[in-house]
Amino acid sequence: MKKFTTLSGPAAALPMINVDTDQIIPKQYLSAITRAGLGKGLFHDFRYDSDDKEKPDFVLNREPYRNAKILLAGDNFACGSSREHAPWSLDDFGIRCVIAPGFADIFFNNCVKNGLLLIVMEEAKVNELIALADNPQSCEMAVDLEAQTVSLADGSVVSFEIEAARKHRLMNGLDDIEITLQKDAEISAFEARQKAALPWLYRAV
Amino acid sequence: MSTQKTLFDKIWDSHVVSENDDGTSLLYIDMHLTHEVTSWPGFESMRVSGRPVRRTDAVLAVPDHVIPTTRRGERIEDDQARIQFETLLQNCAEFNVPLIPLMDERQGIVHIIGPEQGATQPGITLVCGDSHTATHGAFGCLAFGIGSSEVEHVLSTQTLVQKRPKNMRISIDGELPLGVTGKDMILAIIGTIGTAGGTGHVIEYVGSAIRALSMEGRMTVCNMTIEGGARAGLIAPDETTFDYVKGRAMAPSDAHWDAALDYWRSLPSDAGASYDKEVSLDAEAIAPQVTWGTSPEDVAPIDGRVPDPAAAADDKQKSAIQQALDYMDLKANQPIADIKIDRAFIGSCTNGRIEDIRAAAEVAKGRTLAAGVSAMVVPGSGLVKAQAEAEGLDKILVAAGFEWRDPGCSMCIAMNGDMLLPGERCASTSNRNFRGRQGRDGRTHLVSPAMAAAAAIEGHFVDVRDLAS
Repeated sequence: MKKFTTLSGPAAALPMINVDTDQIIPKQYLSAITRAGLGKGLFHDFRYDSDDKEKPDFVLNREPYRNAKILLAGDNFACGSSREHAPWSLDDFGIRCVIAPGFADIFFNNCVKNGLLLIVMEEAKVNELIALADNPQSCEMAVDLEAQTVSLADGSVVSFEIEAARKHRLMNGLDDIEITLQKDAEISAFEARQKAALPWLYRAV
Repeated sequence: MSTQKTLFDKIWDSHVVSENDDGTSLLYIDMHLTHEVTSWPGFESMRVSGRPVRRTDAVLAVPDHVIPTTRRGERIEDDQARIQFETLLQNCAEFNVPLIPLMDERQGIVHIIGPEQGATQPGITLVCGDSHTATHGAFGCLAFGIGSSEVEHVLSTQTLVQKRPKNMRISIDGELPLGVTGKDMILAIIGTIGTAGGTGHVIEYVGSAIRALSMEGRMTVCNMTIEGGARAGLIAPDETTFDYVKGRAMAPSDAHWDAALDYWRSLPSDAGASYDKEVSLDAEAIAPQVTWGTSPEDVAPIDGRVPDPAAAADDKQKSAIQQALDYMDLKANQPIADIKIDRAFIGSCTNGRIEDIRAAAEVAKGRTLAAGVSAMVVPGSGLVKAQAEAEGLDKILVAAGFEWRDPGCSMCIAMNGDMLLPGERCASTSNRNFRGRQGRDGRTHLVSPAMAAAAAIEGHFVDVRDLAS
């Protein structure tokens, strides 16, 4: 998994509430068997008209936000479908950090698995960041995960909270499956106990 | 600390393999359901790493999302969809994963076939790379949706690293009025708690109105729990549950049945167990529900009106309502019953079970679709389809002008070619009224099967209770 340590670049604001994963990456991108190129479909219906032409008003179609590295979002971001295509498309576009008042649970887990940093921040503070991001002259931000800070163009620094475990996994790019496989003996012992107690859960194949 | 445990606590505690220092747990997973859309990355990665599937007896695969609902058995025309479908077949063969083939009568939507096959049982942990896995909680098991990375984690280790969610209890007491269903109940709940109301929690549904529901109704309620922000919904198992499970292919057989029953009876929450959050609703006050916006929380009773953004609590709500009305082409204060529809969709993991088809057929019997309206009924599985045909429901529906299709996810997610055209308005029994969900610029109103059928007959939303049978 990719490590996350620091990230700097333009921050783009999408302050709508309840932006669902269907909006992040719609269904026509789900039937492929590759993750490559999903950044093109990111926020598809917001970004393109029905002839697949860019909508000039949408933030990611404007400079300097075409190269956005950070997204500032509304509450309950990425609710709905479990599709991991949502973090894949953000990552492929170049956005590896999202800051919002709240995130949906499944998306939250999916981001950890893909080395994306989600920062939960109170709404008033997110709004301050959005005010800076909305001006191309002041939209540059720098995230430092170790220091747990976001440095802003006005010289101020905002700190954020993150659980120690998630921080450790992101900073070291740890592979969960590799770590879990080291507990094989414990898993086998659990299975032996469960099989004795609830034998019907173990079927002949 | 209280020693009284909730149903959720009991299932969670009995599945912890180990506790990690960071407050997460390694949770054992008893059953893993999978389909074509979210499984390929896991298999691909396991092929590269050389890791096998840990327990092939604890996983069941079925194609459901991209497959067509007509001309079943012919080559799938869409190249991407066909390749994804074929990839599932190849992966299951290579990794010895049991698969229900497309042409098998047991094929259907993954959340319908799990219960039908007896893979869904009280007390187990069950996951699937699909957010509507919450459906299975109707059996009193801990069931939740996961992403593709977690799918691989379960295939390889039969476990997941999880942070323990909190307990939330929603009580619905009283008797549901005639014509009001589990679908109306869950829409009313989401309207009350909001789409983020259950975030970080597992919701247990209790109360006399829940007890009175059939397994089909309970599955509908649990299915849309994710639309209230909670990954899992739970209903304590009882005789209704046991009667449904008994005799199913993967359920405990004769030798184990009594032991299983003893175990299942020990699962309901202890009296006095505590919850982090509590909500209660009066069943008798619930009317048939219709969503008007682009989030499942945007819901009103059939005798209600589209909200007025001017009356919103704050600017954020005001702009959210205005954007939803613009997308949905609705006017503030418009009566819900005045909204005209072009299409009706009856099906999905929310409402594609036999009870749902019966409800639609009861409304359709002896009537015909309104001029200009088209409607399709997509049974949730081959077994539902066969049962409906044995009862003659297909004939009733076809006589009324409905299309009778083969099972699959169909127009709930619109990946298989079943979709709305831009601007079309649909009465849909599915679970998400998100923008573009059923087709770009399509407009979705979520309703129960009886309400969808009634709207298709009348050409606009109507209180199904006013359609005297």
